[in-house]
Amino acid sequence: MDSVIYMDNNATTKVDPAVVEEMLPYFEQWYGNPSSMHSFGGRVAKKIQQARERIAALLGCQPDEILFTSGGTESDNTAIHGTLAAYPRKRKIITTRVEHPAILSPCRHLEQHGYEIYELSVDRQGRLSLDELAEVLDDNTALVTIMYANNETGVIFPIEEIGALCRARGVPFHTDAVQAVGKIPLNLKDSTIDMLSLSGHKLHAPKGIGVLYIRRGVRLVPFILGGHQEAGRRGGTENVPGIIGLGKAAELAREYMEDENTRVRALRDRLEAKILATCPDTMVNGDRQNRLPNTLNVSFEYVEGESILMMLNQYGICASSGSACTSGSLEPSHVMRAMGVPFTAAHGSVRFSLSRFNTQQEVDFVGEKIGPIIHRLRQLSPFVKTA
Amino acid sequence: MWDYTDKVMEHFLNPKNVGRIENPDGIGEVGSLACGDALTFTFKLGPDGRIADAKFQTFGCASAIASSSVLTEMVKGLTLEEAEKITNKDIVERLGGLPEQKMHCSVMGHEALMAAIAYYRSKGKGAPPAVKSGKIVCTCFGVTDEEIRRVVRDNNLTTVEQVTNYCKAGGGCGGCRGQIEKLIEEVQGDKVRQLRAAPEPPPRKLTNIQKIALIQEVLGEQVRPAMRAHGGDIELIDVVGNRVIVAFRGMCASCKLADYTMKEIVEAKLHEYVSPDLIVEEEADAAQRPHSHQES
Ligand code: FES
Repeated sequence: MDSVIYMDNNATTKVDPAVVEEMLPYFEQWYGNPSSMHSFGGRVAKKIQQARERIAALLGCQPDEILFTSGGTESDNTAIHGTLAAYPRKRKIITTRVEHPAILSPCRHLEQHGYEIYELSVDRQGRLSLDELAEVLDDNTALVTIMYANNETGVIFPIEEIGALCRARGVPFHTDAVQAVGKIPLNLKDSTIDMLSLSGHKLHAPKGIGVLYIRRGVRLVPFILGGHQEAGRRGGTENVPGIIGLGKAAELAREYMEDENTRVRALRDRLEAKILATCPDTMVNGDRQNRLPNTLNVSFEYVEGESILMMLNQYGICASSGSACTSGSLEPSHVMRAMGVPFTAAHGSVRFSLSRFNTQQEVDFVGEKIGPIIHRLRQLSPFVKTA
Repeated sequence: MWDYTDKVMEHFLNPKNVGRIENPDGIGEVGSLACGDALTFTFKLGPDGRIADAKFQTFGCASAIASSSVLTEMVKGLTLEEAEKITNKDIVERLGGLPEQKMHCSVMGHEALMAAIAYYRSKGKGAPPAVKSGKIVCTCFGVTDEEIRRVVRDNNLTTVEQVTNYCKAGGGCGGCRGQIEKLIEEVQGDKVRQLRAAPEPPPRKLTNIQKIALIQEVLGEQVRPAMRAHGGDIELIDVVGNRVIVAFRGMCASCKLADYTMKEIVEAKLHEYVSPDLIVEEEADAAQRPHSHQES
């Protein structure tokens, strides 16, 4: 495959070359430990502080509210375990059925240790019901953790309203915003969010670096114990190049926010229109009104996701599928199931997730190829009588 | 991404004999949209009694399409007696191998072939005869005991995971895994018994508190995840001597298969991991209690 058309940015993104450039000196040249007393380490500490400020600027929060972690999964686990440890008498966590495994797995683990986990359901469009949340929020609730935007469908949840409900009950509110940060504007200062997770490699920084935003005053027991790094909130020597890369990526994300919300959105919509126009019996999964600007999840009836991906792959097109066969498990993704997408359609669901590096030319190329691919696979399918 | 052989890719990208033969002599339809793969296989005999033409239509992943395509090539020119001898293993071999988790694609090809031959032999009376003989063991994927016995025998399988890879049985709620294990033992006899017998731990003498803790653990780790996956749950109410009293919650509370689940899953797991003397019972007024999706 000579060239790649990468439309799987909700899985991971290309590291921006400007990010790489900023990181490089901190491997070989400025390799000091930021905790050291000498100025060689102090220089690194200053650079980390700059990264903290850049990220705070992207999130609209204070630099000291930023806790560096190894990525989204650690941020999520810290928020959950750290809150439970801070409120040992409360035994209930409220989350949703469509969370990422970084939330669902620790919750299922905690359930086996006596915690009550309540998973809110979603409707056919992937939307939550605030009434259901209001009903189950109670004094026993230690934490509400609800994703900002869904990784498979891009559906954005009403995070501020959710946070307001939590605040009224005095319950800490965490959001896994791994898919949202860098794509939609955030202002944590005026928000009801108490904690927020983000992951570097979803916004053109490298893998292995993430952030947990913790609002000042929110109680949290450290999850990783060790030295006094991160103001005693997380032990372990900092991933210095990663942090610096993330700082630069945050700065760039601010710069490109407009582009994400106009040009990338227009590209996504162009692709969507082309697919719907050329492929009958196809539908978009998820609330089309409240969706990340870069994400498109479509179900092609009568064909199976893996086959579509493999055919796309022949043209160097990278997308992903929520269908069972790609993952080795036999059932469609938990998100598609929670939304009640019929099995017939869920098996043929494909996610295209764009980034600022995608071009109209690429979108047009994909739009041109997808119709014949679906047509071809349907001709093979026993379910299409007209074939 | 799966590591497919060139042969699989070739058949996937350029499948042979696609379509449906008009007025076929044999037709076999297996799988369903809901299951994620399905295959229609048709053939026509020549005047010499050999398969003159064969065609397929497949809904499924690359290996399902490749398995069907290669099958149509394999059967052409064979008598029905010869075609009948083809197993899923032969299909896999012709493809140069399939990933372990995709073996069921080759089994689907074999089943469709068998169904088509059976249809021909029944002289095409009425609708194609049901492929499935035997009784359904895995309700999630509609797999019968005979199908399971056959994949175990043909492919020399010894574990439930392998059976799932070969015919999907056991890949959903997991409720049928105990029965699959028994079928494997039935077919493989001493071979698997020996395999399993090896590390038998000595029977433990548990205090009451240890017993309850262990029961909780087994329910939590072995039973609950499968139930929760289908919107149900189970709660331990009490342990009185060897009687374990539980209540079903959520979907499980209204499930028609509750009795079966109780014996074949809950009790079987507790026998295996806690003590063979335990008797599991459902709480008397369980049905009246509201569903609360929570743990005690
Ligand atoms: S009955 Fe077999 S997996 Fe559910």
